[in-house]
Amino acid sequence: MPPSDDVVLRVENLVKHFPVKGRIPFVSGGVVKAVDGVSFDLRRGETLGVVGESGCGKSTLARMLVGLEQPTSGAVRFGRSVVHQARGRELRALRRRIQIVLQDPYTSLNPRRTIREILLQPFEIHPDVLDRRRRVERIKELLDLVGLDPSLHLDRYPHQFSGGQRQRIGIARALALNPDVIVCDEPVSALDVSVQAQVVNLLERLQEELGVAYVFIAHDLSVVRHISDRVAVMYLGKLVETGPEIDLYEAPRHPYTSALLSAVPVPDPAGRGERKRILLAGDPPSPVNPPSGCRFRTRCWQATDTCATTEPPLAAGEHPVACHYPLAA
Amino acid sequence: MTLLEIADLRVAFPGPSGPVNAVNGVSLGVDSGQTLAILGESGSGKSVTAQAVMGILDVPPATITGSVRLRDRELLTLPRKQRDRISGEEIGMVFQDAMAALNPVFTVGHQIMEVLRVRRGMSKADARRRAIELVDRVRIPAAKDRIRDYPHQFSGGMRQRIMIALAISLEPDLLIADEPTTALDVTVQAQVMELLAEIQRDSGMGLLLITHDLGVVAEVADDVAVMYAGRIVERGTVQQIFAGPAHPYTEGLLASMPRVDRRDEQLYAIPGAPPNPARLPAGCPFHLRCPRATDECLVTLPPLQALPADRASACHHHEEVLGATQR
Ligand SMILES: Nc1ncnc2c1ncn2[C@@H]1O[C@H](COP(=O)(O)OP(=O)(O)OP(=O)(O)O)[C@@H](O)[C@H]1O
Ligand SMILES: Nc1ncnc2c1ncn2[C@@H]1O[C@H](COP(=O)(O)OP(=O)(O)OP(=O)(O)O)[C@@H](O)[C@H]1O
Ligand code: SF4
Ligand code: SF4
Ligand SMILES: [Mg+2]
Ligand SMILES: [Mg+2]
Repeated sequence: MPPSDDVVLRVENLVKHFPVKGRIPFVSGGVVKAVDGVSFDLRRGETLGVVGESGCGKSTLARMLVGLEQPTSGAVRFGRSVVHQARGRELRALRRRIQIVLQDPYTSLNPRRTIREILLQPFEIHPDVLDRRRRVERIKELLDLVGLDPSLHLDRYPHQFSGGQRQRIGIARALALNPDVIVCDEPVSALDVSVQAQVVNLLERLQEELGVAYVFIAHDLSVVRHISDRVAVMYLGKLVETGPEIDLYEAPRHPYTSALLSAVPVPDPAGRGERKRILLAGDPPSPVNPPSGCRFRTRCWQATDTCATTEPPLAAGEHPVACHYPLAA
Repeated sequence: MTLLEIADLRVAFPGPSGPVNAVNGVSLGVDSGQTLAILGESGSGKSVTAQAVMGILDVPPATITGSVRLRDRELLTLPRKQRDRISGEEIGMVFQDAMAALNPVFTVGHQIMEVLRVRRGMSKADARRRAIELVDRVRIPAAKDRIRDYPHQFSGGMRQRIMIALAISLEPDLLIADEPTTALDVTVQAQVMELLAEIQRDSGMGLLLITHDLGVVAEVADDVAVMYAGRIVERGTVQQIFAGPAHPYTEGLLASMPRVDRRDEQLYAIPGAPPNPARLPAGCPFHLRCPRATDECLVTLPPLQALPADRASACHHHEEVLGATQR
């Protein structure tokens, strides 16, 4: 199924602030503005890639999308439900429809459960999805899909697996209930490129067959390019540019996006040291005290006085950019 | 000078149907100042090799044989206490799972300061100054404030960088970094790798870098060892390996790489799955997936053979592979 205009997940002005401990006990040290006003629509059957600097708020955003983290304000809408307000039966339905593959394959699997137990659990929470007698067969199928041998792995514990094997168990678990949306937080970063290619091809095939939509967070810009229909670039808690994959990669409009793309290591030792990298000046600013105006201005080579006083908005449209002086397309 | 020398290392875990042979005779060396990258299939024994060097596998259940020498001292037979001192002070390790390696109940500042105070006898004030400096060097903003946070308050990539700060805090002679940049975006990744290179230039630290990121390998490695099913199947300089691999597994791996400058319809993936380490097939462990396999490959295990120009391949048909891949 090709992506449609049908919106499955609508994200409205989502904000998450974490309080930080102050130097003086009982006096607040302010807040970490981890996600600070993010809005986008995810369409049925599409893949939205999310990229951005380490610590810019991607995992926090991901956890809010699936209701693992309460937003400070804003909302994630799925059909008529608001994810963070759902309770009881509505919440259970949402949990089934929206799945997540967590960034950390080590802590996301219960160390005291075997893989069999871990994979059967979704069916125990949602018993109506599949007849009890067919479940073991189904989880074997799932393991097979992600390239793990069920006869070998089913009765082992998470610590007996390598990093990449655990990551694939997390993916199998997310696929179990045929969800509408899977939020993938760095789902392939622990895999060698061949297994990574297998998993990416699998995700694409499932999307074609089942119409599932992905939010795909990864730091590997080549993988994001390959799998995404659209890409969103995040900087310090905000989206700074979103657009169709081809436009964003071939003609980035935000200075941060272009710096990011220029830093992708080229897998060819022959060209070592000859590449033109845009080195970002200065350190990433603290999310406790983000710069006034445009948050990127402390590292932007085009910044002017306007950038320090006025925050550039992310307009609507196919390829919006939050910059006063966008690069020529 | 050879810093680390591993010879015929084997590690097996007990399994329900016999031993799981995770590492099957690995030999490699790392010199001072050198960067050796280990590439390989997920599950091929890279982390277990690193854990055996660090002495952090429980013995038993794991059975470890072979030799691991650091500057001519055999580590595998060393008494526990000396072993711990060496892996604490002379070898630094960045673990693949940062969350499990950091203690959740102490602030990250406390954990770094503790190491400096216990191992270096630093005063509290000095240890704090140094901890802030280290956290700052791995590019975490507002280091002075953030060292008072607990591991769960950091993002995945930040935790990874805290681990790196901890691993270099004692200025080790050898750093073993197991997937140190998996959670880092390209800009921070470049800065962290540059930081490690700087330390190598200053102090001659050797770096054993385990990574799936071929871009990082191409940028920083001097030499590359490729692992498959618990063995090294190919070894050479980074230029040699990228210009033309001499083993079909490496050939398939390089072909699977996605490109940032174009979008392919489907990514190439090596067909099939790796062999079961509890029941390795006869002959070459890659033969079930290898497009170049012949009858010989089904029965005879190819040893890692030296090739011209100081490289090596464990393939019966390495000449043919080289002939096809050289560019
Ligand atoms: N404690 C253990 N008990 C039993 N088997 C184990 C244990 N630890 C690892 N293994 C197995 O040993 C093999 C090698 O694991 P290792 O963690 O070294 O892989 P790796 O090369 O680091 O893979 P990855 O790239 O996915 O991290 C795997 O098949 C794994 O399942
Ligand atoms: N529970 C928490 N308490 C306090 N601060 C937090 C908490 N969780 C996250 N943060 C902070 O929020 C910011 C964003 O973190 P997040 O994990 O969303 O980043 P990320 O974009 O996923 O980064 P990475 O690419 O490194 O995984 C960081 O500064 C982080 O330290
Ligand atoms: S608004 Fe100004 S500072 Fe911000 S990215 Fe654009 S030019 Fe740079
Ligand atoms: S020895 Fe044979 S099966 Fe093994 S890699 Fe070489 S050609 Fe392939
Ligand atoms: Mg994250
Ligand atoms: Mg590993």
